[in-house]
Amino acid sequence: MNYKAWEGFVPGKWSDDEVNVRDFIQRNYTPYEGDDSFLEGPTDATQKLWNEILDLSAKEREAGGVLKADTKIVSTLTSHKAGYIDKDLEKIVGLQTDEPFKRALQPFGGIKMAEQALNMYGYEIDPEVKTIFTKYRKTHNDGVYDAYTPEMRRARTAHILTGLPDTYGRGRIVGDYRRVALYGIDYLIAQKQKDKLNMDGDMTPDKIRDREELSEQIKALGDLKTMAAEYGFDISRPAETAQEAIQWLYFGYLGAIKDQNGAAMSIGRNSTFLDIYIERDLKKGILTEKEAQELIDQFVMKLRIVKFMRIKEYNELFSGDPTWVTESIGGMGVDGRTLVTKNSFRILHTLKNLGPAPESNLTVLWSKNLPSGFKKFCAKTSIETSAIQYESDDLMRPEMGDDYCIACCVSCMRVGKDMQFFGARANLAKCLLYAINGGKDELTKDKKTGKALQVSPMFAPVSGDGPLDYNEVIVKYEQMMDWLAGLYVNTLNLIHYMHDKYSYEALEMALHDTKVRRFFATGIAGLSCAADSLSAIKYAKVYPVRNEEGLAVDFKIEGDYPKYGNNDDRADQIAVWLVKTFMNKIKSHYTYRESVPTMSILTITSNVVYGKKTGNTPDGRRAGQPLAPGANPMHGRDSSGALASLESVAKLPYEYSRDGISNTFSVTPASLGKDD
Amino acid sequence: MTGKIHSFESFGTVDGPGIRFVVFVQGCPMRCMYCHNPDTWSASAGTEHTPEEVASRAMKYKSYFTGGGGVTVSGGEPLLQAEFVTRLFTILKENGINTALDTSGVLFNEADQHKFDNLLAVTDLVLLDIKHIDDGEHKKLTGHSNKNILAFARYLSDMDKPVWIRHVLVPGITDDDGYLNELKTFISTLNNVKKVEVLPYHTMGEVKYEKLGIPYPLKGVQPPSPERVKNAKEILKIK
Repeated sequence: MNYKAWEGFVPGKWSDDEVNVRDFIQRNYTPYEGDDSFLEGPTDATQKLWNEILDLSAKEREAGGVLKADTKIVSTLTSHKAGYIDKDLEKIVGLQTDEPFKRALQPFGGIKMAEQALNMYGYEIDPEVKTIFTKYRKTHNDGVYDAYTPEMRRARTAHILTGLPDTYGRGRIVGDYRRVALYGIDYLIAQKQKDKLNMDGDMTPDKIRDREELSEQIKALGDLKTMAAEYGFDISRPAETAQEAIQWLYFGYLGAIKDQNGAAMSIGRNSTFLDIYIERDLKKGILTEKEAQELIDQFVMKLRIVKFMRIKEYNELFSGDPTWVTESIGGMGVDGRTLVTKNSFRILHTLKNLGPAPESNLTVLWSKNLPSGFKKFCAKTSIETSAIQYESDDLMRPEMGDDYCIACCVSCMRVGKDMQFFGARANLAKCLLYAINGGKDELTKDKKTGKALQVSPMFAPVSGDGPLDYNEVIVKYEQMMDWLAGLYVNTLNLIHYMHDKYSYEALEMALHDTKVRRFFATGIAGLSCAADSLSAIKYAKVYPVRNEEGLAVDFKIEGDYPKYGNNDDRADQIAVWLVKTFMNKIKSHYTYRESVPTMSILTITSNVVYGKKTGNTPDGRRAGQPLAPGANPMHGRDSSGALASLESVAKLPYEYSRDGISNTFSVTPASLGKDD
Repeated sequence: MTGKIHSFESFGTVDGPGIRFVVFVQGCPMRCMYCHNPDTWSASAGTEHTPEEVASRAMKYKSYFTGGGGVTVSGGEPLLQAEFVTRLFTILKENGINTALDTSGVLFNEADQHKFDNLLAVTDLVLLDIKHIDDGEHKKLTGHSNKNILAFARYLSDMDKPVWIRHVLVPGITDDDGYLNELKTFISTLNNVKKVEVLPYHTMGEVKYEKLGIPYPLKGVQPPSPERVKNAKEILKIK
């Protein structure tokens, strides 16, 4: 192929009848090792536009969190007329609905959730839409509940499995939106059609599904063209300028968020890709630095106003209204060149031009080999805005190569080549209580009997008044983890089967290779609480306190015990053992669509809610108190200084927790040393 | 041999250069009114550790010491356990780790020269607190004379051992311009001073006094104003 749009680009595999964005980047990008002195401030248009958005945000807050909501039009790629904030000022256009801050109606994940969310903010769903989605069109949520076993329902009620994507969109899938800009839609459709022709042979259920999905993908690409045409753009061809490249790419993402209300809707790794277009225009003299920054500012502005209609509990769970529009920035190439470009600076500079904001979630892929000019700029921007997330490129690159991105907060995938089945998390602290109590929940009552709910099959509890015997507890804990891992994996198998069936992400998957690698992303909560509890049982004396049912509902601790977070192997190795053991149990089960099992330790705010649902634990934590976020030590128990705490977390084996490990860590400037 | 240890800090950034592993030893003969670690005073508290144990704990953080960091022994008063610290520093030096001794110097006496020489031979940097330049005021503030402290400073200067002088600035007690000038005059007679630090008094130690049931001697005294801190730095010629 040879497009006018590709003039000036070094050709290669990417232009030779295949889709290969990484190859395009590698052959064409310009690493930048300088400082931030070239950066420009916001244009008048950007400032005016941003002020209009700030106005709308204020109105939205006054209105109680939602300014406007669709109650009748079901959101699809082509459901809405073009919408603008202020058409004359906008360099990059496109809104989720026909008006800014108007939230879309997205019932394919579940009509009940969509209706509830509307009701909470004082809206009524259109009765006809409700009828269609209850009588004629099944949703993901209906599918899941048709197939759930009683045990799965119990585990969900008792919150040993929490946050499962069974009533909402699973999200976490990141389309390679760069493909829209580099190739245009017609090229992408042609490639998909070729793939479909090759998908022949015995029509097994799997193959039939693959063919059907591929047809859905091709339709979605066609719809994306229609959506862009509504805004007056022809994206059947590749983008010819920087402005078009950003616009095309954003249209790809906009299609995804019109189609899906996912828990995390991340955008990928785009800034260095876009730099190639900006460099070309700068060289041609058809773009100035000021204009380049304006394009990036306005692009990020659009990402900041991504909004979904969600129930209030959801926002409570995540302490806000997050969309996780994560953009991954920088990193190093496998050939040793840095992937930092001037555009890596420009996108971080939006934090200054527009002011700091949590979204989009700008994430720097950090390597010790990053150019020092960029490191300094990151440090400066972090100090001024506290709004950059950092992840270790040195840790991820060996496994994922140099064209991966972060979905949500820590979960890495190769752009356009990997997808994942998001799996929420299993509560290991509660699982330990189940081991002690034979699978009876310490807080949830059986509605029929009024006694503690038997969640797992009846395992033998730990009997007697103690002290608890470490070896006995470990044996029973392992048995309970066996049960939990099996139930967890099977619950997710079922959920993702139904999501594929009733709420398939056709557009996002159209922007992936047809032969995609799938991750089965499980997670754990309560790691440090479980580790400290086991340490207490091992090194101190822990006596169960039983209620009239004989259930251990509290624990009396005699003596002290080593705590995770102090770089003390006695406790830290228990945490390592937990991670390895649970992951190995996960791995031993069948996972849907030949997906590769992974695990994460990453609750960032939901640990508070999980803690509410977990009773007194043997480490001395009281019922209802928060679990620690992610892989953090329990609050206040890391008493040997910051490095000891970090070293404890760093012992957790990444190979067993490939979906990511998070550690929430605050430092005040004064704790980093004196000014001079 | 064991030492009495109060606690460890794995990420020390204010007691010497770079990132430092700080060992707080237990026991101190001084009773400085502004002390923020009264829990390190008693020589009977603390936990016992061998120098080898402490060194191996510190060595876990060796990779963080690349920017000039290392290990600082603070307290408490390290010179109360000089042999223990000497052994610890010897091990650390064998492993190429920078060592700093944070001391008041109050226990120095020339008769014991041999003991101090052994310790100083494995000490890269001394953080020397000069609490007050005037002997009478020093006694009021700490319960001890400053004569041997100033002698220690002189001794270190004579052997050309690198020293950071530290001075805690307490309004109404140690921030008098006249005394600060005297301190400056004394410091300028030393030829080994690499840095002079003014440490503004803070009230974070007060809660520890409450816990220990000791009346807080500086009740009601506020931290110095930024202007007074700036003034002290100017007098002591700190840029």
